[in-house]
Order: sequence, then C-alpha cells, then structure tokens
Amino acid sequence: MNYYSIDQIGIPETKPPLLAVRGLCKYFPIRSNGLIRRKIGDVRAVDRVSFDLYRHETLGLVGESGCGKSTTVRTILRALDFTSGRAYFDPEGDGRYVDFGELSARELVPLRRSAQMIFQDPFSSLNPRMTVGSIVAEPLVIHGLARGRALEERVDEILIKVGLKPEYKNRYPHAFSGGQRQRIGIARALVMNPRFVVADEAVSALDVSVQAQVINLLDDLKHDLGLSYIFVAHDLGVVRHICDRVAVMYAGRIVEIGPVETLFEHPAHPYTRLLLASAPIPDPDRRMTPPDPGEVADAGNLPAGCAFAPRCPFASAACRSEIPELREIAPGHTAACPLAEEA
Amino acid sequence: MTFRLFARRPELTYDMLNQRQLTLLKFRKHKLAVTAGFLLAGLYVMAVFASFFAPYGKYERNLDYIYCPPHKLGFSWDRGLYAKGLKRVVDPVTLNSRYVDAPENDAPLGFFVKGVPYRLWGIFPSERHFFGVDPEKIPDFRPGDEFRYVYFLAGADKFGCDIWSRIIHGSTISLSVGLVGVFLSFILGVVIGGVSGYCGGAVDTLIQRVIEIINSFPQLPMWLALAAAVPSDWGPLETYFAITVTLSLLSWTGLARVVRGKILSLREEDYAVASRLLGASHRRILFRHLLPAFASHIIVTLTLTVPGMILGETSLSFLGLGLRPPVVSWGVMLQECMNVKAVIDYPWLLAPVLMLVFAVLCFNFLGDGLRDAADPYASK
Repeated sequence: MNYYSIDQIGIPETKPPLLAVRGLCKYFPIRSNGLIRRKIGDVRAVDRVSFDLYRHETLGLVGESGCGKSTTVRTILRALDFTSGRAYFDPEGDGRYVDFGELSARELVPLRRSAQMIFQDPFSSLNPRMTVGSIVAEPLVIHGLARGRALEERVDEILIKVGLKPEYKNRYPHAFSGGQRQRIGIARALVMNPRFVVADEAVSALDVSVQAQVINLLDDLKHDLGLSYIFVAHDLGVVRHICDRVAVMYAGRIVEIGPVETLFEHPAHPYTRLLLASAPIPDPDRRMTPPDPGEVADAGNLPAGCAFAPRCPFASAACRSEIPELREIAPGHTAACPLAEEA
Repeated sequence: MTFRLFARRPELTYDMLNQRQLTLLKFRKHKLAVTAGFLLAGLYVMAVFASFFAPYGKYERNLDYIYCPPHKLGFSWDRGLYAKGLKRVVDPVTLNSRYVDAPENDAPLGFFVKGVPYRLWGIFPSERHFFGVDPEKIPDFRPGDEFRYVYFLAGADKFGCDIWSRIIHGSTISLSVGLVGVFLSFILGVVIGGVSGYCGGAVDTLIQRVIEIINSFPQLPMWLALAAAVPSDWGPLETYFAITVTLSLLSWTGLARVVRGKILSLREEDYAVASRLLGASHRRILFRHLLPAFASHIIVTLTLTVPGMILGETSLSFLGLGLRPPVVSWGVMLQECMNVKAVIDYPWLLAPVLMLVFAVLCFNFLGDGLRDAADPYASK
C-alpha cells in the first residue's frame, strides 16, 4: 500500500482535508448492437471531479437526477472502479493518505473500517434473511473486531445510539418501518466507528416527518462521534439544514462549490440559480413560476463546451466551444462559469 | 396472531420468524402440496423398505396364476378380511384359459404376516411382510400351499408374478432415478449457471448459447442416441447409472438458467453491495447473502425436475433402450404392454402407469406449493 504525504498531493498544510478527490472520472462504455459489441462511445457519468472534504464537516452533493452524484460517491468508495483520477483519504488522521483508486481489493478491506456508506433504499439495503442483530454485527464479524459478549454489547450500544431498542435484535427487517430500517442501516455503517460516512440519498426514500428525525439523528451522531459526511441529496431544504458546504453537479461535473449560506444566498453559476429557483416553496399563498427547465444534458453525448450552455440564457460563443474551469470567485467559493462575478 | 405450528414456542412472534419458518408457514396453507408431500414420503419409505412392503419377491413365479386378474376383497366377521379365491380353467374348445371364482382358494389376509423369507437390503434376514396372505389363519396349512392361497392386488403377469409386488420393487429404481439424476443436474446446473452469472461477458454468452442448443434438440431422439451409446454388455447397475447420467446431462439447463438469472439480479442488490463495502469477501457475499436468497428457488426447480427424470427413465425402459429385464422398474414392467392384445386381455398390466401418474402428480403438487411458499418476502 502506497502512502502519500500532504506535500505529495499538493495541498497546503494549513487545512489538511480528510478526503481529497482529484480529477475523478467514471465512464461507462456504450456498445453497439449486434454480435460483436464494439465500444462506440462513453457515458461520462463522472468527469474530472475534484473537491476536498474536511474533518467534522458535512459536504452536500446536489444536482438533478442522473447528474452523477451517486456514481461519484460510489466510485470513491470503490463500489465501482475508477476510470481515472485519484481520491486521497487519510484513514488514521495522521497525515498519511492512501489513494482509493489504486488499492487492490485486499488492500481496501481494512479501509472499510474508516469509510462507510448509508444507502438510499432502506428496504433493499438490508438482507431480509438476517436478523437485525446479525446485520449490525456483520461488520464487526468480518473485520474480527469483537466476538461473544463484547460483540453483543457493542451491537446493543450502537442500536441505542441510533434510537432502536436492543431487544429488537432478534427481529427481521420485514418487521420494521422505513425510518426504523434506515436507523438499522445507519447503525451498521457506524458500528465500526468510521471517520468518513457517505450518505447516499439517505433520507430521500422516507416520509417527510421521518426524514427530519433521521437528519437530526445524523447530525447528532456527527457531533458525538466526530464524523465527516458526504451527503448526497436532491432535496435542497435538507441540504441547507445539515450541510456546511455544498457542491453542485451537472452532467457529471461539479459546477459550483461553496459554503452553504453563500451558495444559497448568492449562487454564482446559472445552473445553481436554476436549481434553487426550481425548489418548491412551502407556502400555499405564493405562486410558483417554474423557470423553463430546458433539455437535461445527455451524459452520453455532451456538447463540446459547457454542458449547461444549451440551457443557459447567458451562454456566449466561448461557452459553447470551451469547457469552463472552476475558478475561485470568493475565498472557499468556486464556480465553473466565466460569467460568475467575483464578490 | 397465533400460529399452531409454533405452539411449542409461544414466545416467537411474526417479527422474529426467519425465512425457513415463514416459508413453512406459507407452505402449510397449501393443503394439496402438504398432502402430496406426505404421500411422496410414504412412497419413498415404501421404496426403501420394498422387500418388507411387497407381499411377494421380485422374481417369485406362480405358474398356476399366469395372467391372473386382480383378486377381489371380501370381508366376513368370522374370517376377517380375505381374498376371494380364483381358479384357472381351460376352455375345452378354444383352449383359452380364464379364471373363475373358487371359494376353496379364499385366502385370509393380515398385516405383518409370515411370508416368503427375504433379506432386507441384502443384509437383514426376515420373513415378515407388511401385508399379505396370513398362513397362520389357514387351518392345516402345508408347505406348498402358499402357491394355492394367494392375493394379487393388481393381478399377475405372464410368469405369474404379482404385479403389485413388482411395482413396489420397481419403485426403488424408478423413484431413485429421479433423485440421483436430480443430484447430478443440481451440481451441473449450479456450477455452470453460477459461473455464467458471476463471470458474465463472453463466458456467459457462450454458456447461454450452449444451453439454447441443448434445449432445442428434440428430447426423445437425444435420449435414444445417448442411451444407444451404453454398451449392451453392461450389467444392470452400470446401465442404471448410465441412464441417470444421460437424463441429467439433458436436464441441468433449466436450473442453470435459474441460478444465472438470480445471481445476475442479486449481485447488484443493495445489500450485496453494502456487504462488499463492509469489506466482506466474495465467499461471504456468495454464501451468506446470495445463496440463501435463492436456495428456495433451487429446491423448487429441483422438485419440478424429478418427475421429468422419472418419466424419462420409464420412457427409455419402455422403449427397451434403458433398463432391461431382469431389472425391475416401472418402465421395464410396461414393456409387456407393447402388445395391444395383452393390454386388451390383461389391462391390469398397466397398473405401473397409475403409480407413475400418482408419483408425478405428487411431485408437481409439491413443487407448486413450494414455489408459492419459496419467497415469503415476495408479497411484502
């Protein structure tokens, strides 16, 4: 296993991140029909994505359906293989980084203790054939972290922490509601005391009232256990509530990253503005004037320049021919748009 | 809710039932399948203890009763259950023989009677039979009288052998061919289907095309070709194994497809991905998460494959390409029915067909019930 120091990655030592993603790409081949399935192109699901995640921080990853949010986080955790790019991660907190992309399957196993994932669908992410106790205990068993009494106690402890009764241990997932199941999923992800947790649309499948409970639970656990989250969501209200910083994705690329308040109050990228304007306002007296949504970009057939240019009211000829790079418009606030004004 | 099934463990509530218990609960509601299951269990017990359950031995001939029709049963308070005696008479003009009632040959019947000595599984000597003529109830019974007082429940064949006894003896082979063959096709199906689903890509395509080719062969000529390849000087045991291998070589394809499809769909299930992200090994994912999810489907497919095997053995033996006399199996017994005249004059020779239909129906009902119960999570 190769370790990298912070200099080798090229990050100033003042604020070392927990996770540094650099130029992450995930392409899926498009194959021709017929007997010999020739590769005729790529779906660029994730294209040159770079961002940092700091300690004890929640980074929101937002964007419309199919923009590559889930693919990004699943690739970082190596549920999918990297096409290219690097994802430096500091598993021990001692400044020695490993690159998720270059690790073999065997080298990845110990890293699973410090990087975990909460899934979107609480109905399919729990094996219906295992009891809650054995589901939550599975990570400990796999990594040989506890056995016997210690295992039981650890499982009880984490179940209490996520708000479930330990006596539910002998029950099967089919006996639980969606919110309770999601708590089981959270308990499974947290039982090994990870440092970094990806919540992949963790509340999207839940009722609004249950969403609030689960979000508050995640927030409490973050403070109690010193976690860092990447919080994938499409519900902007939820993101604004829980996140410290937000990255906006469009057609596989990050178009804007910034602190949550800045981004919501002063969105710099036209797409971010469109996204914010599309969010429904929970007030029956206010009429919504939905902005013209336009055609969503096809990740298999992207335009030459900025992917958003065909929908953008401000697009110039340069926008259509050249892909704009992310540039800093204020400290900690970057946007990939030449028209974004520096504040 | 209370479930009588778990009356002994009242602390179990619905929430705590595991997959097997849920399946059992659902299966028990399928009354027909439960009945079929018990009947099949009975059939197999009979096949295992064939020498005990059969009133007569496999090759026991009784020349006084050639082509004897099934005996009728009688009952009286002083004699108990008895078989109404028959006697062969030869028509003086046509020289045809036929059977007429002969009360002097009435044979008292009983359970656990003393009969022809045999060795159970060739080891344990015994002379008790489950059911048959009870010599102890016959006054002045002399050696040799057992050929006079007889009971043929399903008649006798051209050698005067009891057809019912031969059906029971034959079930040992006819019913076990299904199980042995299914075991082989289970191994072939799971391994080939598993490789196909897990590897994917070119391997998968190749295996699937081979399966399609095998499935598109006409079944009977294919059996014939494979059975014809069995050397004719092989003994009964070798032939038996050759037949089972032949049958299973052609029947693994269905299972292979089920296994492949299940692995393909389950591999991307969130809980399989979750387990991988927890650091679980391939072995753990396969055996702890994937296999339990479709073990029930495998059992169902296998149950529904068995009748095909049994029918296959019978068809092959009937055509004279499978087992041959002196081996006793249902198919071998049916060889005598090749001749239409025999069927018209002695319709009881078709008795093995009834047993065959019975066994196959039982398997199908059982399979149906298992299929409905197999996935207790399907409706949730």
